[in-house]
Amino acid sequence: MNIKTQALSGGFQEPVFESQGVFRMLMNGMARPGTIHIITTDIGQPEPLGEAAGAIALTLCDHDTPTWLSAGLLKSPVAEWIGFHTGAPITREKAESRFAFVEAGVAPSSFGLFAAGTQEYPDRSTTLVIEITALGQGPALTLKGPGIQQATTVKLKGLPEVFPRLWADNRALFPRGVDVILTAGKSLLCLPRTTNIAFQ
Amino acid sequence: MTDLATYNFAYLDEQTKRMIRRAILKAIAIPGYQVPFASREMPMPYGWGTGGVQVTASIIGPEDVLKVIDQGADDTTNAVSIRAFFQKVANVAVTTHTKDATIIQTRHRIPEQKLAEGQVLVYQVPIPEPLRFLEPRETETRKMHALEEYGLMHVKLYEDIAHNGRISKTYAYPVKVAGRYVMDPSPTPKFDNPKMHMSEALQLFGAGREKRIYAVPPYTEVVSLDFEDYPFEIQKFEQPCALCGAQGVYLDEVVLDDKGGRMFVCSDTDHCEDRREHGHAGEMLAQNKEAAE
Repeated sequence: MNIKTQALSGGFQEPVFESQGVFRMLMNGMARPGTIHIITTDIGQPEPLGEAAGAIALTLCDHDTPTWLSAGLLKSPVAEWIGFHTGAPITREKAESRFAFVEAGVAPSSFGLFAAGTQEYPDRSTTLVIEITALGQGPALTLKGPGIQQATTVKLKGLPEVFPRLWADNRALFPRGVDVILTAGKSLLCLPRTTNIAFQ
Repeated sequence: MTDLATYNFAYLDEQTKRMIRRAILKAIAIPGYQVPFASREMPMPYGWGTGGVQVTASIIGPEDVLKVIDQGADDTTNAVSIRAFFQKVANVAVTTHTKDATIIQTRHRIPEQKLAEGQVLVYQVPIPEPLRFLEPRETETRKMHALEEYGLMHVKLYEDIAHNGRISKTYAYPVKVAGRYVMDPSPTPKFDNPKMHMSEALQLFGAGREKRIYAVPPYTEVVSLDFEDYPFEIQKFEQPCALCGAQGVYLDEVVLDDKGGRMFVCSDTDHCEDRREHGHAGEMLAQNKEAAE
């Protein structure tokens, strides 16, 4: 399949109901940080975008949401696929992006250039969708914060080494800051800016 | 007869739903903060719950079971018409039983029965800004929230005590969410405030005319503002519900005649009916039975 046909193929079969289903997973995920949700629909997204990340793009992105892609995604058919299926403009400016997608194995060196919102409007911030190796395996982390009764433990494999430092910086900005959705293949897990993470 | 124009599932178009869904996700990520959104015209007047309806329409799916209450009652005009609206435009199952519902849209009450994990409570909000009656300018209230400057609210509560000897606010009683934002819990009686604290259910708030969405995630601290020497207190009722005998629930006063006759009954109709089905009877219910016999 050449690049053009890859960009035009896939997408939701039932856009209304499938996007509602994915949104409810995201809503429940944001409301209960650390819970793992599995996407069940087949969306035929091009490599190296994961199924869950692709489904998030189809559910939330449109012409109102400038979207930033990491270098690997930008030079793949993913940019055209997102453009064709959602209408979202691809931006190179992190600060103006509403959503940012990062492929596996690439660590953002800082969240600082992404939109963190303003003190008056902290909602005007980027949501980062970061692909990692696996959710539910690997080193255990303890999460605390709104949406979590006492504390919860999650296992994340392939989390970038710099992530603890990035998250500490992000927490310090509250109520400003970015929100993160970690994806691995078909599974996703949300980390809203309110979540405290204890790294072992 | 041919069908009239068919609507998209749950009435709203997909672009509107996406816009509202993005606002909901940010609202959950910043508990108690009011997210502006592009509220749409709905086929009902402002003040009838257009904000709550838009939130419900954006989250509801074919598997959901919807309950709608108005001041605790399932059978008042607002509740009946919104329930019928979603039956028509989304063809979803509806219920009056709190425990069977996955989404509960409410106007000004929280059900008496404790909500469970997985349930979503959607509030209809008339004025989302708790500081609005103290400071009419949006630019100023934004700044006060930004700087966490809530002194004015405490002054208002203090003046209440100076004038009346107690905090006289009985509904829309301001709360602080997760230790940061002061939030208007919508005009629920302050009786319901403790139910918001560490609730297992997700709580979403929609204000249609004012174009704001905000949220309280599950297991989140919701503290009613007060003073050490004047702690927050909820309403207490001297008598139990006249129909089901329930105590420790919120009661409505019903005037019976022009000679001062009155009764106090549960505001939560589902809770009251459920208790009566399980054999609980209040004073007036027993009288009715005797009269029938």
